Amino acid sequence: MMTSSLLNSMVSTVAAIAPDTAGNAAQPAAVGHGPSWVLLIPFLPFAGFLLNALYAAFGVKSKLPAWTTVGLLACSFIATLSMFMGYDGTPYTVQAFEWFSIHYGDKSFVANFSFYVDTLTIYWMLFVTGLATLIALYASEYMSHDVGQGYNRFFAAFALFVVSMSCLVMGDNLIMLYLGWEGVGLCSYLLIGYFYKKPSAVAAAKKAFIVNRIGDLGLALGVYLTFVHFGTVQYAELFASETLQSYMAAASHGDFGAIPGEAQWIALLLMIGAFGKSAQFPLYVWLPDAMEGPTPVSALIHAATMVTAGVYLIARMYPVFLVSENALPIVAWIGTITAFLAATIGMAQFDIKRIMAYSTVSQLGYMFAGLGFLTPTGGAYHVLTHAFFKALLFLCCGAVMHGFAGQLDLRKLSGLWKVKGWGIVSLGMLVGCINLAGVPFTAGYFSKDTILAEAFVTPGYAFLGWVLILTAGLTAYYTFRVFFRVFVGPVEYHPGDELHDHDHDHGHGEEHSHDAGQHGDHHADHFHPHAPGWAINTVLVVLTGCSILATGLYFVGADKDAHTKHYADTMVSASSASYHSHYGTHAFEYYEKDPEHYPQPGHGPRGSIDAPLAMPLTGGDPHKMMYYISGVVGVIGIALAWLLHYHGRTKASECKMDAIAKRFGPLPRWAENKWYVDELYHAIFVKPLRIISHVFHWVDKLLVDGIVNVFGFLPRVFAWIIRPSQSGVLQGYAVSMAGGLAILLFVVLIIVSRAGGAS
Amino acid sequence: MLQIIQPAQLAFPEPVEASVIAPYLFVSAAMFVIGLVGFLTRKNMIIMFLCTELMFQAAGLALIAFGRHHLGADGQTFVIFVLCVAAAEAAMALALVVLLFRHRESLGASAWKELNG
Repeated sequence: MMTSSLLNSMVSTVAAIAPDTAGNAAQPAAVGHGPSWVLLIPFLPFAGFLLNALYAAFGVKSKLPAWTTVGLLACSFIATLSMFMGYDGTPYTVQAFEWFSIHYGDKSFVANFSFYVDTLTIYWMLFVTGLATLIALYASEYMSHDVGQGYNRFFAAFALFVVSMSCLVMGDNLIMLYLGWEGVGLCSYLLIGYFYKKPSAVAAAKKAFIVNRIGDLGLALGVYLTFVHFGTVQYAELFASETLQSYMAAASHGDFGAIPGEAQWIALLLMIGAFGKSAQFPLYVWLPDAMEGPTPVSALIHAATMVTAGVYLIARMYPVFLVSENALPIVAWIGTITAFLAATIGMAQFDIKRIMAYSTVSQLGYMFAGLGFLTPTGGAYHVLTHAFFKALLFLCCGAVMHGFAGQLDLRKLSGLWKVKGWGIVSLGMLVGCINLAGVPFTAGYFSKDTILAEAFVTPGYAFLGWVLILTAGLTAYYTFRVFFRVFVGPVEYHPGDELHDHDHDHGHGEEHSHDAGQHGDHHADHFHPHAPGWAINTVLVVLTGCSILATGLYFVGADKDAHTKHYADTMVSASSASYHSHYGTHAFEYYEKDPEHYPQPGHGPRGSIDAPLAMPLTGGDPHKMMYYISGVVGVIGIALAWLLHYHGRTKASECKMDAIAKRFGPLPRWAENKWYVDELYHAIFVKPLRIISHVFHWVDKLLVDGIVNVFGFLPRVFAWIIRPSQSGVLQGYAVSMAGGLAILLFVVLIIVSRAGGAS
Repeated sequence: MLQIIQPAQLAFPEPVEASVIAPYLFVSAAMFVIGLVGFLTRKNMIIMFLCTELMFQAAGLALIAFGRHHLGADGQTFVIFVLCVAAAEAAMALALVVLLFRHRESLGASAWKELNG
């Protein structure tokens, strides 16, 4: 009874928004058409890509590509801002051109090159275009060693990445998403392999591409299955389809038996795609290696934007995930495993950029866990805060790398904030670190808490919640390990091995290309670190500001009617990525009447804002308790880092942790070697594939080539047999010709006489 | 009274019996065989070429004979073509023979025996 009324109300709502979506393919999607200037957002960067390609073709040897890219991306960001300002609460689509439009019988396959704008799109595009603009500005200085060499190529790929990311986020159908998905994968490949003369960069690029292929297979199959099952790949039609609505009604009281397995598989397949792109456990191995690319690329693609595409995919397709019994629990578990595993590896690394890479993997794990804990809001909020502070952290690491000739080893750098010109970098690093460590009242603290609290609100995840809290402590420790080692303490620095790149800066020549490792003391006498210029400093200041201001989103924008608690929540809940909007107000009414069967995809009864479950051990509302717990855990982590890596440290390379690490036996070494996961994959997948490839190589050579060669050999044998008939004697040929003619005539004669005799 | 001759009353030649053209065919066959035997037995390239001409004319004669037998213009038309082609071919073939002679200082066909398979 209750169900049917819920269903009816849903269906009637759907019917009101989407008149006649089934059966009439020519009918436009259930949302209105928006202003066409929205198309500028992806097309301006595309113009940038084309221009940069032209510059490359004409061999431009100035910073022109950087300024072109920065300018066009800034315009794209302004267009995004006006899209945000002009948004009136109803989703709309903007069509660039018709792409696929196939009608057969009463079915159709429509996937136009058009863009779907709702709050989730705007939310994502704001930081994608904004950060892309800032990081392009940063890169204009960072890549200045390559002006006239790879500079054009770098910015061409950079602009193409923004185009692809826009298609991914703004596309109004899954085919557009797939296009963007592959596009960002391509740009990621191109930019990781930017230093293509370096074998390790080439290997890392190939690894990223190949590992992503595994995930992309899942995504492709998921898209096919979506079309096969729902008959559409367009978001607006999909979310309004009565089939999906009826599944959600069934899922809302745990009746997953009523949902066909095919529909449940869609979410599992899309999930594999998300795991690949967002570097989740089994498929995370490519991301740390991707740090071979230039640092701006690491910051933009491999920390802030591209790797959040998986989070976006799940958030966007959240209704489909909600109707799958196992998908979200798997997402929660994998996210937690990834977060913990990557944090343990990050603790033992010495390359600061790699530490940031592992922390990215770890934080992505948090986001996935958030999606799994039924708080897409938490996931999306953490995406935003993480995008700012992780981009900031990477750019600070990049500034260090740029200034200290490629030095990234935290054992060879110390006390940088005292070095002249490094104040802004140190300040930016501090702000980034306190965000990442979850120091109370920072943006990272609030967004992480949103996820952690939901672990205790959503039944069955308390264990994962404790693991994530432990991980938060580890995160605070390894983050501040970097800060206390590199930015404070006694001043000491050794340049890296890229001194020749700095020739034009201070006139340092070959005389300084000696190996830094062999000289014990710092090289302040010989080596002058190259302090960041105005472009890098400006970007760092802006990002520091953004990281701090992101906190504000937690305190504004609550919408009581929509049961949202803060601005990010309001933005996310108004889109398809909403737990509320689909179960919506219905769910809350429903909960009051029948708490035993409150909407619970794959889980037991769940608390709500009005009647939350109590926090284990401490009691109280988990949302409130988490403020204290995670704050304390974060501070403990920082205190440990201070004690072990700063207190009483007199040299860059030695600290108290060295002695303590020995007591853990082989564990630190195993963690430093990434728990040998790469070696394991090498043994399980790469080696057998190599062996099989050798087997097939010989099969190809002997069997396939053999058959082909036999056919080549036969005519030669035949020619060898009949060759003697060509004697070279002219009369011989004439005799055979005349003889043949005679025989032919004789045969004809016989046939004719037979025929004559018969008649 | 003036007699008007109608086209239908014009005296068209009648087709002839096979026996009437038989002698022509015998002559044609004899010429062909002479040409063939000459081609097979002689070594001199000019003589061999003349023998092929003989065979050509034998075929032409047979065509005309059959044309008369069937009362069609095809046979004669074809022979005109054959004569044209034979004339052109003669010019070319003799030029070839001259060239071959210059290479080997011999008109014998066996001088070119090395062009075997």
